[in-house]
Amino acid sequence: MKRWMLLLPLVLFLGMAGLLYRGLYLDPSELPSALIGKPFPEFSLPAVQDGKPLTRADLLGKPALVNVWGTWCVACRVEHPVLTKLAQQGVVIYGVNYKDVNADAQKWLKEFHDPYQLNINDEAGSLGLNLGVYGAPETFLIDAKGVIRYKHVGVIDETVWREKLAGQYQALVDEGRE
Amino acid sequence: MTRRDDVAAVRASSRASALLQWGRQLAGAALLALGFAGVAQAAIDAYTFKDEAERARYAELTRELRCPKCQNQDIADSNAPIAADLRKEIYRMLGEGQSNQQIIDFMVDRYGEFVRYKPELNAHTWLLWFGPAGLLLGGAVLIGVIVVRRRRSGREDADVLSDEERQRLAHLLDKNRE
Repeated sequence: MKRWMLLLPLVLFLGMAGLLYRGLYLDPSELPSALIGKPFPEFSLPAVQDGKPLTRADLLGKPALVNVWGTWCVACRVEHPVLTKLAQQGVVIYGVNYKDVNADAQKWLKEFHDPYQLNINDEAGSLGLNLGVYGAPETFLIDAKGVIRYKHVGVIDETVWREKLAGQYQALVDEGRE
Repeated sequence: MTRRDDVAAVRASSRASALLQWGRQLAGAALLALGFAGVAQAAIDAYTFKDEAERARYAELTRELRCPKCQNQDIADSNAPIAADLRKEIYRMLGEGQSNQQIIDFMVDRYGEFVRYKPELNAHTWLLWFGPAGLLLGGAVLIGVIVVRRRRSGREDADVLSDEERQRLAHLLDKNRE
């Protein structure tokens, strides 16, 4: 047997150890969205506040965040002040009120600040299904043409905004100006 | 062997048999629990199907699709709201007469390849499909090679002494006698 063959088990072990070590820091609950690069799905649903009919066309024109939320979702409450702050900075945010009681949602928006330019009432979860939503909060970044560019699962906090979303949002805004 | 050792050995063996007995009981209990778990796990929906074939397809599809929220359950087993939504959607699509492939494609379009417990065979998944069998085969070949080599080298070297070695042996034995 050649001498280098003796090193083979060590090399295999190190390779395996490296692979498993990396696995320790992967989050299996974060699924890559199947919808990135695809158009935001068509829908026809009422608005949360006044019941006015909304369609996909209402989301077009500017790059925006589409935030899936619900009053039943504890993490959404954590996220809310961050969204409010972003809205004050001029970030366009649309809401999808996912599987919620509409009266509760209206109350929530009145009691807290309302950071949403418009809010889609998705009581049955049909838009959520077409978006591949499996919980809340989830946030999609769409461009001016309504193509989904990025999806964030979980709470948006300052760090997430700074490191994952801000750059891409700014790039889309700049793209529109040119 | 002294008397003490014998007692200890007897004690050890009786302890071992008690342990074995206990192990058997535990295994029996575990099996029983598993049996019950199978009954208790399946989520209950009251759907009526056109015929047995449709019921069977529903069962097959809900077993083959994975719950996006509770990742180690299929959607037939899961009580998560999202799994209930997906079951409802499958039921609806079956009623519309869509094929299994159409339904699976619908889910994959929204939730990604992740939702399939039987992923399609392609460049990304061949390792998943053939890796375990490949490793097993590789291991078997490796063991075969090692065994054959040992046998061969054993026949040549270990059993038969060369003339020179025989002389040395005789010399050593003589020396010992002196």
